[in-house]
Amino acid sequence: MNRVTIVRLCVIAGSVLAVEALCRFGVINRLTLLPPSEMATYLLHLLGSGEINQAIVQTFSNVAIAFILSVVLGFLVGAVIHAIPRLRRACDPFLASYYSVPVFVFYPLFVSIFGLNRWPLIMIGFLFAITAMVIATLNGLDRVPPVLLKLARVHRMSRSAEGLRIVLPAAGPYLFTGVKLALAYSFIGVLAGEFILSGGGLGYAIAYAYDAFDNRTMYALMLFVLIVVTAINSALFIWEQRLLRRRGRG
Amino acid sequence: MSVSHAELREVSKIFPASGGQGDVHALGPIDLNLAKGEFIAIVGPSGCGKSTLLEILAGLALPSGGSISFEGRPVQGEVPYGVGVVFQEDASLPWLTVWDNISFGLRREGTESAEIKRKVEDVIAFMGLEDFARAYPAQLSGGMRQRVCIARTLVLEPRLILLDEPFGALDQQTRLLMGDELLRLWRKTGATIFLITHAIDEAVMLADRVAVMSARPGCFIDMVKTDWGTNRDSRVVADPRFGTLTARVWTRLREESLKSVGRSNRATAVALS
Repeated sequence: MNRVTIVRLCVIAGSVLAVEALCRFGVINRLTLLPPSEMATYLLHLLGSGEINQAIVQTFSNVAIAFILSVVLGFLVGAVIHAIPRLRRACDPFLASYYSVPVFVFYPLFVSIFGLNRWPLIMIGFLFAITAMVIATLNGLDRVPPVLLKLARVHRMSRSAEGLRIVLPAAGPYLFTGVKLALAYSFIGVLAGEFILSGGGLGYAIAYAYDAFDNRTMYALMLFVLIVVTAINSALFIWEQRLLRRRGRG
Repeated sequence: MSVSHAELREVSKIFPASGGQGDVHALGPIDLNLAKGEFIAIVGPSGCGKSTLLEILAGLALPSGGSISFEGRPVQGEVPYGVGVVFQEDASLPWLTVWDNISFGLRREGTESAEIKRKVEDVIAFMGLEDFARAYPAQLSGGMRQRVCIARTLVLEPRLILLDEPFGALDQQTRLLMGDELLRLWRKTGATIFLITHAIDEAVMLADRVAVMSARPGCFIDMVKTDWGTNRDSRVVADPRFGTLTARVWTRLREESLKSVGRSNRATAVALS
């Protein structure tokens, strides 16, 4: 464990301990915030009792579907746009201003198209995430050094071999950034959608607890989401750093 | 060195009009006969079409006119088997180790693993890369990375090696040493070498013949024979003839470089006006 990691862990532990102390000594009202230890204890109880298993499965399966769709389709759309410069010139303004579109307003439309099931929420997560992947794909393909494409021709590689053996690995770091963003946006889209619009899932459970003044459940679930998202992002970060270090960019 | 290995006949390249400018006549007509096992260097002012000539000879670009052949077969927009190319830019694959970079072409060709191992080990030893076989390119200096690229070309045992300013990004000392290495590999492989370079001393030191190109459209305006003998190395720079030959190449090149600079200055003046 290096020095930076130790300092980082100390900052996190210090912040948690400070919040714990402020809550325990009454500086922060219990109605506003619970001590972290109480959140963790109640989260263990919820996980042990199986009360939130269905919500966990529903949310994470929705996120997984939105994430996979956004990464696969985002990459394909990005590759097609990259291959057709005229299409790219036409799409650039839309891509640049995409995040000003509030995709949540399309929920009624998705309900009328897909019905009242998981798919409208998946579509919100997917639409939230796909643009990050499209933009990352365009960035990655733009930055494949032309000399490597010449190298592919020197080795008489077919277009598919060039794509798999040269273009994909060369664009890898940028695609990885797209994958990370797509995961984060899928989580945000699905959880926020559940919070506002759904009748199930972790987002809905948090909203229900909030409406019922059930702070223990609300904070326990928030802590759970936070831990899972941080763990996944940390794993991706460590993997990315390892890849970048090999390329002298870590 | 009398057997014809590669030939260019009346080769020219014209880039079609773009951005409000007319057609650009970049190259030719060029005639060149490369003898088997010959080491030829091409020097010329910036923008004279040296790299375009190399790409046409390699089959990476199509000429606008003329014909190219390698070992009697026409070269038409595809790199023929037996031709290896080393570029000026770093073309090492950063996601692969030195070993995997060098074996890249052999694996592509479906060579058996035992054969790959033998050939890669030979080339790694020849290029002095034994201590770096498991390193990634990012862990190496620019000179070492270029060695990896040369090794990746050598391992395929090309009969014609095209080098496009391979030492352009290296410091002078490393260039001289890499020049010695290039001569060593030329002697070992017996391959025909076609070297594009900006450096007159490098061209005169390494090559059997130095072809001097004119400003755009690039044509050969002089062909200087060096007659150093096969066992030469960088110490030929101390030979009195080295100065004479270098001076001759520079005299021809100076006028062309001035023309090229004048054109570039005029273009800048037009752009600014």
